[in-house]
Amino acid sequence: MFALETAAHPETLRRIAIDPVTRVEGHGKVTLLLDQDNKIHQVRLHIVEFRGFEAFIEGRPYWEVPVTVQRLCGICPVSHHLAAVKAMDLIAGYGPLTPTAEKLRRLMHYGQIMQSHAVHFFHLASPDILLGFDSDFTRRNIVGVALDHPEIAKQGVLLRKYGQEVIRHTAGKRVHGTGAVPGGMNKALSRAERDEMAKDIDQMIAWSLGAVHMVKQLHETNPAFYNVFGDFRSNMMGLVRPDGALDFYHGALRAVDADGQTIFDQVDYATYQEVLQEDIKPWSYMKFPHIKSLGAENGWYKVGPLGRIQAASYLSTPLAEAERQAMMALGGGKPVHGTLMYHWARLIEVVHAAEMIRDLLNDPDILGLDLMAEKGPRRHEAVGVIEAPRGTLFHHYRVDDDDLVTYCNLIVSTTNNNQAMNEAVRTVARQYLDGKEITEGLLNHIECAIRAYDPCLSCATHALGKMPMTVELIDADGQMLHSLSRG
Amino acid sequence: MNAPRDLPRKLRVATTSLSGCFGCHMSFLDIDERLLELAHLVEFDRSPITDIKHCGPCDIGLVEGGVCNAENVHVLHELRKNCKVLVALGACAVGGGLPAQRNNLDVAKCLTQIYRTESGEVAVPNDPELPLLLDKVYPINEIVRVDYFLPGCPPSGDTIWKFLTDLLTGRTPRIEHPLLKFD
Ligand code: SF4
Repeated sequence: MFALETAAHPETLRRIAIDPVTRVEGHGKVTLLLDQDNKIHQVRLHIVEFRGFEAFIEGRPYWEVPVTVQRLCGICPVSHHLAAVKAMDLIAGYGPLTPTAEKLRRLMHYGQIMQSHAVHFFHLASPDILLGFDSDFTRRNIVGVALDHPEIAKQGVLLRKYGQEVIRHTAGKRVHGTGAVPGGMNKALSRAERDEMAKDIDQMIAWSLGAVHMVKQLHETNPAFYNVFGDFRSNMMGLVRPDGALDFYHGALRAVDADGQTIFDQVDYATYQEVLQEDIKPWSYMKFPHIKSLGAENGWYKVGPLGRIQAASYLSTPLAEAERQAMMALGGGKPVHGTLMYHWARLIEVVHAAEMIRDLLNDPDILGLDLMAEKGPRRHEAVGVIEAPRGTLFHHYRVDDDDLVTYCNLIVSTTNNNQAMNEAVRTVARQYLDGKEITEGLLNHIECAIRAYDPCLSCATHALGKMPMTVELIDADGQMLHSLSRG
Repeated sequence: MNAPRDLPRKLRVATTSLSGCFGCHMSFLDIDERLLELAHLVEFDRSPITDIKHCGPCDIGLVEGGVCNAENVHVLHELRKNCKVLVALGACAVGGGLPAQRNNLDVAKCLTQIYRTESGEVAVPNDPELPLLLDKVYPINEIVRVDYFLPGCPPSGDTIWKFLTDLLTGRTPRIEHPLLKFD
């Protein structure tokens, strides 16, 4: 039973709702229940929409899926595009990708990491950090930032634009492109396109490093606040290469505990259902995954920037790795868990993505024309996993002999963070709101904790998953009345 | 295509995402540097990019996404009531879009299939905090009057910019063939 999840006597309490949660992608709300002394008894982040994507994708031809699944999310369409196509590569019977096709997909993906992180940090989250958590709410937005800090706003807009242009050159369109097809890519990169991207990449690396330094300096002005805000311990998960380096496009699953000790490592992601399990709760359409061996109470974890850069052994590019070391030095050898550290970690990933883009653009393979892999025997089932901007993203399909999808299960990044986000808002509620007169500025502290995770509630509402799961009926005193499972 | 200068007052713009994927909002941000220019011409009211949670009187309302639950209906009415001009932005708002593929399914069956245990027991989330689902996903013009429809999934940043700058200068918006896309 999680503290502050369920009040003993909700009927006697006053309800406050943050509805809708703003400056996040998608639809969610937070409810708080307080007594007359403003003591908080319950805090919940609800996902209020249901779309049932997995249900209507069944019966569709498999080759349609990498294009349609992008409509789960307009902010990270490339992640869904690539996770689905990775599964469909196998289903259609293709062998290893050609070097050019794999590098083009990676290029597209790093463009996506850059644009998604930039839009989150600059357009959505930076108003809190640059203008103040309890600044005038009518100005607390990107327009307010543009007026007060025009240079920062401009760099943010141009970093995002650069990422979007990388996507356009590789996928054909900025939002919901079609570049990847089962077995490879449908378009080569021209020299002119490569040169256009190459000419600005050093500037992008410089700006993204500048953004990391800005957050670092803000941290130095008030370390007590940045370290402690929404600080709670949790496990962490991400994709790594065999040597332990973080890999956004392909790798195996690794999970570590709050102190950085390995829980599992090099787990083939096709077997995810052996290591992960989901719970459902009556008050949210989003499910609650956890590491099976540790159980629901102890097995939940963080994904996304702060989780994966600390779960991995290192980042493979020098500037980003140096910044990662600097951030982790704050924990004195142990992982850091402050909720606002997510922003720092996210910007380090922008540096990493920019360095990767530079290296890919300099690689002669990127202009290659050999785009399709060799075809082998077909398969009926496959899993595709990728590190999306917000964390590990799972796509799992079964396809019949008529090419039609018969089963689809998605665990989107934000769903992986469900319990962690709920812990974050409860920690912040305890730290800043408990017993106080509730003001708009204080409520925004709760939203700041959610925003740090950069949740994509849009993804989360479309994709509900069909994982093995347990349902627990718990009474008001926390006693388990009944438990059922499907697996 | 230049933005108008020296408008007598800033126009107020509200935006919302109903049952959309946020791609239309992303495409709006795809106006890139012109966003900084736009900041001098318009003020944002209720929008996912501001912290204004309810709409006041506005000149323009941009709606992304179709209508899939009771809350979407309320939000849509709120925008219609407050906005002089209401725009269906993108395929979902115009016609329901991809989420409307669930219209071929029985939503109750869909829910019980997803939230069911092995022993067959159903545990569909049912808290009063969760808004009532509609039987189908509806295009927004089936709920309220709509002044303009902008197709595309999403309409491109350039299309949105042309449309907005036409409206801001009082011209009748005209989207020529190259900017008018349905994919
Ligand atoms: S029209 Fe397309 S881009 Fe816009 S919300 Fe719908 S699916 Fe997303």
